[in-house]
Amino acid sequence: MKAIVAVKRVIDYNVKVRVKADNSDVDLANTKMSINPFCEIAVEEAVRLKEAGTVSEIVVVSVGPKAVQEQMRYAMALGADRGIQVETEASPSSLDVARLLAKINEEEQADLFILGKQAIDSDNNQTGQMLAALLDIPQATFASEVKIADGKAEVTREVDGGLVTLEMDLPAVITTDLRLNEPRFAALPKIMQAKRKPLAVKTLEELGVSLSNSIELLAVESPAERQAGIKVGSVDELLDKLRNDAQVL
Amino acid sequence: MKTLIIAEHENGAIKSATLSAVTAAQALGAPVDLLVTGSDISSAAKAAAQVAGVVNVLTVEDAALAHPLADLIAPVAKQLAGDYTHILVGASTFGKDLAPRLAALCGVNQISDIIAVVDADTFKRPIYAGNAIATVKSSDATKVITVRGTAFAAAAAEGGSAAVSAASATVGSAKVRFVRADVTESDRPELDSADIVVSGGRGVGSKEDFAKVFELADKLGAAVGASRAAVDSGFVPNDMQVGQTGKMVAPKLYIAVGISGAIQHIAGMKESGIIVAINKDEEAPIFNIADYGLVGDLHEILPELVSKI
Repeated sequence: MKAIVAVKRVIDYNVKVRVKADNSDVDLANTKMSINPFCEIAVEEAVRLKEAGTVSEIVVVSVGPKAVQEQMRYAMALGADRGIQVETEASPSSLDVARLLAKINEEEQADLFILGKQAIDSDNNQTGQMLAALLDIPQATFASEVKIADGKAEVTREVDGGLVTLEMDLPAVITTDLRLNEPRFAALPKIMQAKRKPLAVKTLEELGVSLSNSIELLAVESPAERQAGIKVGSVDELLDKLRNDAQVL
Repeated sequence: MKTLIIAEHENGAIKSATLSAVTAAQALGAPVDLLVTGSDISSAAKAAAQVAGVVNVLTVEDAALAHPLADLIAPVAKQLAGDYTHILVGASTFGKDLAPRLAALCGVNQISDIIAVVDADTFKRPIYAGNAIATVKSSDATKVITVRGTAFAAAAAEGGSAAVSAASATVGSAKVRFVRADVTESDRPELDSADIVVSGGRGVGSKEDFAKVFELADKLGAAVGASRAAVDSGFVPNDMQVGQTGKMVAPKLYIAVGISGAIQHIAGMKESGIIVAINKDEEAPIFNIADYGLVGDLHEILPELVSKI
């Protein structure tokens, strides 16, 4: 069984985001970049399925400039077998990425697609669902448990108010939530080995996919800053403020 | 221009995420229709018709729609999409699951989690976990949008008088089956929709000491959250984590106990109405965003709060 895992290079989740002075975008110059945490969970899940003998090959795909190879190599250090980079300097939309993955799948014919539920930069939460729609295959988003047997996937999803379990025919798309697993650390020998794993680079032209450009980014602003309030000296004073000034109790 | 909202309903009632989407739709200035799908939906359709500001309620009733599966609802909505310039869904897990699948079927991009309507094509939405606000303009003929519930007041659930009619849409067969639902058995409100949230951090000290946080929450009828540090320390399970990689909350009152205020935690709660911080370190960054800060030992403060509320 072949699994495709998509990964995105994003600002590290511990870095404070700064908006550019001209409000055109956020400033990513000289910022630490990492694999999107939800994508890392997706890689880990695929690797666990491979270790369990369910998955035989893991193909990691990323869309972006040459720098995304760093995150692809990281995914390979965790256990992905080979990589396909779609090289572009533009920022593709979720629909673009879904179309590219669907296009790549024409050749790959994967049985399972594991994606992070969202990237922590654009916060879209779209690509997995869009890929499932384009391939006309089932989806299970926000997965916290995945079991695969007899050509079917049983996936427990985190939804508002609890958990829902679905059974899907394969091929299918799964998007990962935080509780699915805790990714391992990449050991140094694995990092060295990953450098020798195959990584193919394709262009948009080669794949015959043009980017959609239907969403224009007009401005990026900092959110309204919260003002530091006051320090209170006692529990009584706190309760008085909450009851009488803020009126929230 | 015309807007369709895909309703989320439970036990015959329209959920608040949908009511917030109705308010967002009013800002577009176009007539608003509600689509209700399900297997036994007469009471949900009746409730939908009562929602203030809705013109038509369209129903698609089919045994296969007993559980809200995006795989089945997206193609149904796609069949109706041609009549609409905007299709809105609340940004609940229902809406987040459904809207991208529908958008891809329509061949359009999707706009997630809007917090403001600038005009019919232009919207504001948080990116980077709310650390930046993007203004985006869509040129798609059909705009598929999810609406952040905390940014729009819920439309009145009563007072409307929409016409109810069955829509002509066929329901396909899904390659996915509902197995079971495990609804969290808790008397506490849900973290994402609670009016008051009490969260504990590493400063709480231990799993046992976290009982004090639960005690305060129960006294207030509040939901309980935690920082990533508290989760990583094993004090509480990780479905309680508030923050960039956990749950985003915006209650009327957020009480942070023993939480220092890491960026990734603040990203998940800074839209709260009033923030209270209780911490023994007066230099803790949480105090920079708190409306009311109380410096001291939480092990003394929490029991005192419980006894005086």
